Amino acid sequence: MDKSPLRVGLFVTCLVDLMRPSVGFAAVKLLEDAGCKVFVPEQTCCGQPAYNSGDRANAKALARQTMAAFKDCDWVVAPSGSCAGMLAKHYPELFADEPDAAREANVFAAKCRELVSFLTDTLGVTSVASSYEGVATYHDSCSGLRELGIHDQPRKLLGTVKGLSLVELTDADVCCGFGGTFAAKYGELSGAIVTKKCANIVSTEADTLLAGDLGCLMNMAGRLAREGRKVKVRHVAEVLAGMTDDPPIGQGQ
Amino acid sequence: MTVHVTTPRFKLNVHEALGDPRLQRAMSHAGNLVPRRASAAERLPEFEALRDSARDIKNHTLAHLDLYLEAYEKRVTEAGGHVHWARDAEEARQIFLKLCAERGAKRVTKGKSMISEEIGLNEALEAQGIEAIETDLGEYIIQLRHEAPSHIIAPAIHVTRDDVEADFRKFHTHLPADRDLTKPETLLAEAREILRQKFLSADIGVTGANFLIAETGTSIIVTNEGNGDLTQILPKVHVVVASLEKIVPTLDDAAQLLRVLARSATGQDMSVYTTLSTGPRRPQDPDGPQEYHVILLDNGRSSMLGTEFADMLRCIRCGACMNHCPVYQAVGGHAYGWVYPGPMGAVLTPSLIGVKEGGQLPNASTFCGRCESVCPMRIPLPKMMRHWREREFERHLEPAAVRYGLGIWAFFARRPALYRFAANLGMRAMALVGRKKGRFAWAPLASGWTQARDLPAPQGATFQAQWRARSGALR
Amino acid sequence: MSARDEILAGVRRALHVSGAETPRQAAVADRLTSSPRGVIPARGQGGVETFKQEAVRAAASLSEIAALEQVPAEIARYLRDNNLPATVRLGADPRLTALPWGETTLEIGHGPSDGSDLNGLSVAFAGIAETGTLALVSGADNPTTLNFLPDNHMVVVFRQDVVGDMERVFSRLRAVYGAGQAPRTLNFVTGPSRSADIEQTLLFGAHGPRRLHIVLVGG
Repeated sequence: MDKSPLRVGLFVTCLVDLMRPSVGFAAVKLLEDAGCKVFVPEQTCCGQPAYNSGDRANAKALARQTMAAFKDCDWVVAPSGSCAGMLAKHYPELFADEPDAAREANVFAAKCRELVSFLTDTLGVTSVASSYEGVATYHDSCSGLRELGIHDQPRKLLGTVKGLSLVELTDADVCCGFGGTFAAKYGELSGAIVTKKCANIVSTEADTLLAGDLGCLMNMAGRLAREGRKVKVRHVAEVLAGMTDDPPIGQGQ
Repeated sequence: MTVHVTTPRFKLNVHEALGDPRLQRAMSHAGNLVPRRASAAERLPEFEALRDSARDIKNHTLAHLDLYLEAYEKRVTEAGGHVHWARDAEEARQIFLKLCAERGAKRVTKGKSMISEEIGLNEALEAQGIEAIETDLGEYIIQLRHEAPSHIIAPAIHVTRDDVEADFRKFHTHLPADRDLTKPETLLAEAREILRQKFLSADIGVTGANFLIAETGTSIIVTNEGNGDLTQILPKVHVVVASLEKIVPTLDDAAQLLRVLARSATGQDMSVYTTLSTGPRRPQDPDGPQEYHVILLDNGRSSMLGTEFADMLRCIRCGACMNHCPVYQAVGGHAYGWVYPGPMGAVLTPSLIGVKEGGQLPNASTFCGRCESVCPMRIPLPKMMRHWREREFERHLEPAAVRYGLGIWAFFARRPALYRFAANLGMRAMALVGRKKGRFAWAPLASGWTQARDLPAPQGATFQAQWRARSGALR
Repeated sequence: MSARDEILAGVRRALHVSGAETPRQAAVADRLTSSPRGVIPARGQGGVETFKQEAVRAAASLSEIAALEQVPAEIARYLRDNNLPATVRLGADPRLTALPWGETTLEIGHGPSDGSDLNGLSVAFAGIAETGTLALVSGADNPTTLNFLPDNHMVVVFRQDVVGDMERVFSRLRAVYGAGQAPRTLNFVTGPSRSADIEQTLLFGAHGPRRLHIVLVGG
C-alpha cells in the first residue's frame, strides 16, 4: 500500500494571505501534524468577489488560474468555508455552459475541502493536542454550514482542546452580515445585522469568539471593537493548532 | 404601472427602517415564526420527501402550463364559472371594474390577495367610488393606515398593539369613546363586529387563490380567520384573482403542496380553513355566490418560463424565506419598496417591474442561503439573485465605484506576481500604521465598512511572502 | 388576438412548444385522469385516535357518543356546560332532522345562517386523522354559512367517515360527485377561527367561529 503522505495544496485565501497569515501557518501545522505534505502554489483569489458581483468573465479567468495552480495536488484545502464552497460547489456551476471546462471543474471541485472538515472527515482526526484556557463560543459561517455541512466537526475538535469550554451561541447559524462585498455596499444594513450577532455573542459571556472564516471574524471583531468589548476573536485553526501567541483579530500589540 | 414603487431608494428605506424603534420592536415579535417552522418540520418525518414531491409537481406543471391552463378553463366553464384572461395589471383592473359596473357594485370585500396588491386593485376601485374593504385582520389594520402589507403572510407584522388601538379609535368613530381597547381580545372583537357588517352587505367578494386545480376547475384559499370564506360565500358574486403559475394539475397534487405550505408559513400542520371553491352555487345550494369569475393574470409570468428565473414560478407564497432572512428581519417589508419583500421579492421584483427599478434588491443579500434551506419548493434563491447581478453587470447598472473597485481587484488577482508584490507592500504598510491598536476606526474607500465597525489591521508581510522566505522557494 | 390567445402563445413560445405535441397532451390527460398520489405521511394511519389527538391539538373540543340518537342530548350538554344559549341552527341533513330534538329544551332553526345565530350544527363529509381536520361540503344538508357565521360550530362526524388523509377524502369526493367534479364549496376545517395579526398574540374567533366542538359518533 502506498504510504506516502497526501500532497495537500493549501488554498490560503486572499483574506488570510493578506490580513492574517498566522491562520495559514496554523492550517499548515494542523495538516502536517495529520501527516500531510503541504504545498503552497502561487495563488491569488478564488474569484468569488467577481462571481458574486455578476462578473463571470473575471470569475472564470481566476478559476482557471486557480485550477492550474493546484493541478498537481491530491487535495486542495482552504481555511474558509466560503472559499472552499466556491471551489467545491460553484466552480462547476461557473463552467456549466462550457462542457470541457465543466468536466475539468468537476474533477477539481471533487478534491477541494474546507480545513476542519478535511481533518475530521477525510483524515479521521478525532482530537488535537493543544490547550487554550478560556470560554469560547462558535459562529457557523453560512457557506461552510449550508454549502458544505460544517457544523459538528469544529465543535468536536474544540471539545478536545485542554482547558477550553465551549458555550453555544444563540442563533449561531444566522448570518453575521459580512457577505463579502455586501458589507461595503450596504454598510448600514450590514452593521445592523452584525450588531445583532454581537449582542448574542456578548450574552454568552464567552471571552473568546471562534469561527472558520476570516471574513466573518473580521466583521464581528470590528463591531465588537467598536462597541468596546473585550472578546478575543480568533480563527478556529489558531486554537486547534495551539498557535495563539499573536494578538487576536483587531487587537494591537 | 401598478402600485407605487420605492425600490430604487432602497438604501434610504433601510436607513429609515433601522431608525424606527416601533418597527424594530414589532419585527422582534416576528422572530417566533422561525422556531415554529422548525418544530413543524421536525414533527413530520416525511417533510423532506414532501418538499421534493412539491418541487416535482410544480416543475411538471410549468413544463405543461399551456395545457393545464386550457384544462382548468374548461372545467371552470363546465362548473358554471367564467375565466377572464389578463395580460397585465391594467387589463386585470379593467376586467374587474367592468364586472363591478355591469352589476352596479358599490361595496367589495376582499380576502388577502398579493395579486390584488400587484395590480393596485384597491386604488382602482376607490377611484371609481367603489368601497374596497380588506377583511383579513392584518390587511384591515394596514388599510386603515393607508399602508401596504410588509409581509406576504402577516401583513401587519410591523404594527404594534398601541398602533392598532390608536387607529381603531380614530376610524371607528361610531363606537363609544370611553370603551376599553387595551387588550388584543377587545381589538379583535371590535374588528370582527365591524367587518361582519361589511361581509353581509358586500356586492362582490374578491379572493386570491393559493392554488387553482385543473382537474376540477377549483380555486383553493387557505386562511386561519375564515375571512376569505365569508368574503366568497356571502356576496352574489365571487371573483378570484390569480396569476398563471397558481395552477396545479389535480386534487392530490394540491394535497402535497398544502402539506408544506402551512408548516413553512406559520408552523401549523394545517391552516384552520382550507377551502375549495368550484363555480357558482348549484341549484340545491341554499347559500353561496350566484356568479363565479376567475381573472387569470400573466403580468410577466410567461416571460419567466424557459429562462434562468423559471424556478421562481414554483413559489407558493409561504413567506418562510423572509422569516429566515437577516436582511428582512433587520428592516421589515416596506423597505423593499414594492409588493413582494424578502428573498422571494428580491428575485421576483426585477422580473415583474424590470431590473432597472427593482435591481437593488438582489444586491442586498449576503447569500447566506438560509432562504433556500427553508424554501418548501427548493427554489435556489441566491443563485437567481446572482443571475440578476450578472444581468446588471452586463448592462453596467451597478454603481461605478463598485465596478471600478472590483475591476482593480481582478486586475491584480489575474497577475499573481504583481499581486504578490503589491499585496506584500500594501499589507506591511497598513500593518505599520495600525500596529498599536490593531485596527482602524476609519480607512479611505472603506466608509461602508467603518460606519458601523472598526477595520482590523493586517499582521504585516503576507502569508505567501513569509512562506517563500521560510522555504526558500514558493511551492 | 385575444388576451387568452396571446397568453397561451407566450407560454408556448417560452416553452418552445406548439401545444399540439401528442406526448405532452398524453402526459397531461393521463395525470388528470389517474391523479397519482405523492408522499402520504404515516401519521394518518393512527386512525380515530390520531384524529382525536390532532383535533384537540388544533384547539377543537371533542366528545364521543355511541349512537346518533344521543346527539341532541350531547349538544344540549355542550351548550349548558359552556354557558351558551340553548339555540341551534342546522341544515336539512336527514340524519340530523330525524333526531329526537323534542326531548331537549333546545330551540332549533333550519337552513343557512344570516349572521344572527350563535350556534350552528353540521354533519361532516369526512374527518382526516392526519391533521384532526373536518371536511364539510356545501348543499342544503349542511349549508356553508353554518360553518362560518355562528359563534360556535358543532360538527357531527361518524367514526367510519374518519379517514387517514386528505387524499382519501378526495377519492370519496370523486365517488360521490363524479370525475372532475366538486361541490360548490368544500371546507377543510381544523380547529376554530384564529388570528395572530395583533403583535403575534393568538386569539380565537377572528371572523369565523370562536369554538369548534366535534361530536364523534359510533362505537
